[in-house]
Amino acid sequence: MPSSTESIVEIRNLVKSYRRGDQIVPVLSGITFDIAAGDYVALMGPSGSGKSTLLNMIAGIDKPDSGSLRVAGTDITALNESDLAAWRARNVGFIFQFYNLMPVLTAFENIELPLLLTDLSARERGEHVAAALAMMSLSDRSDHYPSELSGGQQQRVAIARAIITDPAILVADEPTGDLDRVSAAEILHLIERLNRELGKTVILVTHDPHAAGKARTVRHLEKGELSEA
Amino acid sequence: MWYLKLIVRNAFRHQLRTGLTVLGIVVAILAFGLLRTVVDAWYAGAEAASATRLVTRNAISLIFALPLTYQGRIRQIEGVKSVSHANWFGGVYITEKNFFPQFAVQAQSYFALYPEFIISPDEMREFMHDRRGAIVGRRLASIYGFKPGDQVTLRGTIFPGNWEFVVRGVYDGAEARTDTSQFFFHWEYLNETMRKISPRRSNSVGVYVIGLTSAGHAAAVTAAIDATFKNSLAETLTETEQAFQLGFVSMTEAIVVAIEIVSYLVIFIIMAVMANTMAMTARERSAEYATLKALGFGPLPLAAMIFGESLAIAAVGGLAGIALTFPAAERFAAEVGSLFPVFNVDSGTVMMQAAAALLIGAVAACLPALRAAQVRIADGLRHAG
Amino acid sequence: MKIPLSYSLRNLWTRKLTTALTAGGMALVVFVFSTVLMLEEGLRKTLVETGSRDNVVVIRRSSQTEVQSVIDRAQAAIIESQPQVALGADGGRLVSRETVVLVNLIKRDSGRPTNVLIRGIAPHGLTLRPQVRIIAGRMFRPGSSEIIAGRSAAGRFRGAGIGETLWFGLREWTVVGTFDAGNSGFDSEIWGDAIQLMQAFRRPVYSSLLFRLNDPESFDQVRSQIERDQRLTVEAKRENVYYEEQSRLLANFIRYLGLTLSIIFSVGAVIGAMITMYASVASRTAEIGTLRALGFRQRSILAAFLTEAVLLGLIGGALGLTLASFMQLFTISTMNWQSFSELAFSFTLTPAIAVRTLLFALAMGVVGGFLPAARAARLNIANALRAA
Repeated sequence: MPSSTESIVEIRNLVKSYRRGDQIVPVLSGITFDIAAGDYVALMGPSGSGKSTLLNMIAGIDKPDSGSLRVAGTDITALNESDLAAWRARNVGFIFQFYNLMPVLTAFENIELPLLLTDLSARERGEHVAAALAMMSLSDRSDHYPSELSGGQQQRVAIARAIITDPAILVADEPTGDLDRVSAAEILHLIERLNRELGKTVILVTHDPHAAGKARTVRHLEKGELSEA
Repeated sequence: MWYLKLIVRNAFRHQLRTGLTVLGIVVAILAFGLLRTVVDAWYAGAEAASATRLVTRNAISLIFALPLTYQGRIRQIEGVKSVSHANWFGGVYITEKNFFPQFAVQAQSYFALYPEFIISPDEMREFMHDRRGAIVGRRLASIYGFKPGDQVTLRGTIFPGNWEFVVRGVYDGAEARTDTSQFFFHWEYLNETMRKISPRRSNSVGVYVIGLTSAGHAAAVTAAIDATFKNSLAETLTETEQAFQLGFVSMTEAIVVAIEIVSYLVIFIIMAVMANTMAMTARERSAEYATLKALGFGPLPLAAMIFGESLAIAAVGGLAGIALTFPAAERFAAEVGSLFPVFNVDSGTVMMQAAAALLIGAVAACLPALRAAQVRIADGLRHAG
Repeated sequence: MKIPLSYSLRNLWTRKLTTALTAGGMALVVFVFSTVLMLEEGLRKTLVETGSRDNVVVIRRSSQTEVQSVIDRAQAAIIESQPQVALGADGGRLVSRETVVLVNLIKRDSGRPTNVLIRGIAPHGLTLRPQVRIIAGRMFRPGSSEIIAGRSAAGRFRGAGIGETLWFGLREWTVVGTFDAGNSGFDSEIWGDAIQLMQAFRRPVYSSLLFRLNDPESFDQVRSQIERDQRLTVEAKRENVYYEEQSRLLANFIRYLGLTLSIIFSVGAVIGAMITMYASVASRTAEIGTLRALGFRQRSILAAFLTEAVLLGLIGGALGLTLASFMQLFTISTMNWQSFSELAFSFTLTPAIAVRTLLFALAMGVVGGFLPAARAARLNIANALRAA
């Protein structure tokens, strides 16, 4: 059950097409829907359905051709690049399929990365990171490099990084796509905890019904159009 | 601080690639430094020229001599403090490869005009007492092992025959750029011998060297000397010592210019190599840049990272290249022998090398930084898979 | 199974910027390399074509150049009387008693003075040099203050064109003709009557003697006669050898400097090629694993990557050579350190130079590409596929 009926994401008539050579390929053709604060939404659909594109729009890393998008109280389609960047830093936590950790930074430093955009002191940053590591049960791995960690451990580092700035929403694009069954289950459990215990709004994109199992709301995307589960 | 950490670690990620790039920069900066030193050496004579000395020669060309009788008349011109003279001897020491300048000079007045040649009074006295004595420069002495007391034979080309000398002293230069590769002997010895073998050529002088009472008199004295001998059998051309030296340089100007052009070319070559390296590196890391942008880092921090890495690599290569230039210059000078009397790496060259290294690092980073700043996050992330 | 050439070509085309930068760096190196070779060739051509094998130059022993040499009348007469001296159509001996002086003339383009060689010749002086032709005006009249200028000298120095006058030796000399010496050193000289020049400069002696051998193979004979004669203190050389020796110092310097530069530069270019090829291998690891899994042999992989590197070298080489060929439009004039007179020569591109240059470019490609190609060939198939 969503803890409040207030919508944290309001999407109206979102349209997006891509250019492939000299062809214009429509990806989203007029999406309209809301996501309630504290909800756990799974966006499902076959490959090419536009689910990742929709997620990118909500996360502020891609812009629609037309339509309006209000996320966490801001009309993000109206923001310029640098304001959008600042908005993302405060409001969005990312969890990618391939973790996207900096290979030259340790687990600790990777988690610390988003905090560099705040004005916390080094000591304060250290405290936050230590807490996040503890929550992810990674305290003993804090000075390992990504190449020294397993897939599951890397994803946990990525999740810690995603929540370190206490963002309003967490977006996850196929977070378990590269993991074995045991690690995948672990990660999904973690994400669900974040939603249930910390009240984070989670928007997860996947084509795997198993991954969508823990979500409270499931929406299907097919050929750029939304349908109810 | 944090950025420094990222930059250094990123730079060392691909050890082979970074190593090769640094090596390339070292080679380029080294070559650049050496070439610039060669160019400097070319102009060294003009650099070391004194503002209070003039050189008078036959107006037709340097191969024609001037009569000895001119000396007295030049001495009387206002503004002239002292006059000496020298003849280019052009002899061969054992083989033609052993080239070094030899001058028959009027010793007393000549060395007074060149205070930058430092000789011990004892050696000077020995030299003055020996008509066949010779004073050699420190550099020449170290190349051929000349010591006071050594006998040196020169085979004359302009003045025929085998000429025997005894080294009586070694002079040092007052500054690093003073030419210490010269060989001086008494004009009297030359003249006496020529009076016997070819009297027509005796009592003639190659050039007159004139000391001014002050540098400000240069133009007036120059005009006065040439006016004195206009319309005579041997008209004169007087110029400042610097102009005289530059005259030689301008005759081989084409080569010097070519060397200068080549020295800049080398920088361009390595710039292309480094730009390529940075471009490839940036392309491989596009997912990382996209991630950083997604996390909220703007284009400026991204560009700073790329510039930082490029400049760091260039700095390492540049420093190593500069450090190696000094021993390399010494080797080169040893190989080339006395072709370049003065061969020093001066501070101007070092600064140009440093600037070149920085330029390489900066230019190489431009395109990758631009691309990274402009990459669309969604596209960049897609690259990862 | 061999991997087709198009694989290598297409890979180069796909990464255009990288290919352009790497090939560009190599092109610059090739440009320097071939330019130096062309310069050397141009210098050699100019000086070697100066002078004929059938002529003999006699100068004072150890004087090295005509400028420093002195031969008096008595010695000249003795040399002329040697039996090996050829006879001309008029029955007279084909000998030219010559006197050379260096005079400061002003260059037309820079306004700066430089040394120019003025050669006083005897009437036979022109006959002895059949490669020299008067292309404008006429020959100077013996006994007059008329002079003729070589084509290069006429163009480069003020006062050396037809109808212009020069002042030296307290006399005015009128240029009545221009001669073409087939791109040899004579093109940079100005010729006049030897006797007149000697009078003007008050020199009662000659600088050198030039004579034709009646039998080209009798050179050694006449040389030993001349050099053993007690009354003479001279040395004799074939004319072409004499001029070739004049350029030795300058040619050696150019060659040494050029070679040093080329080596240094090629190191830079090879490093560039290596970096590019290593990156190329790294980014195509999965591809290589796939090819191996499909059955292509290790040496085919090696060959394919080596080919890519060699192609890079050839592209750079062709580009550099093309750029260098434009240098043929330029002439260099510089002072010859031995003769002290100014010499003009140009860059000459010969097929041999082109071949050497391309081989050099190829070598750079091979050296730069070998280690990366070896790495590609030795990748472990399973690991490589995992990178996909």
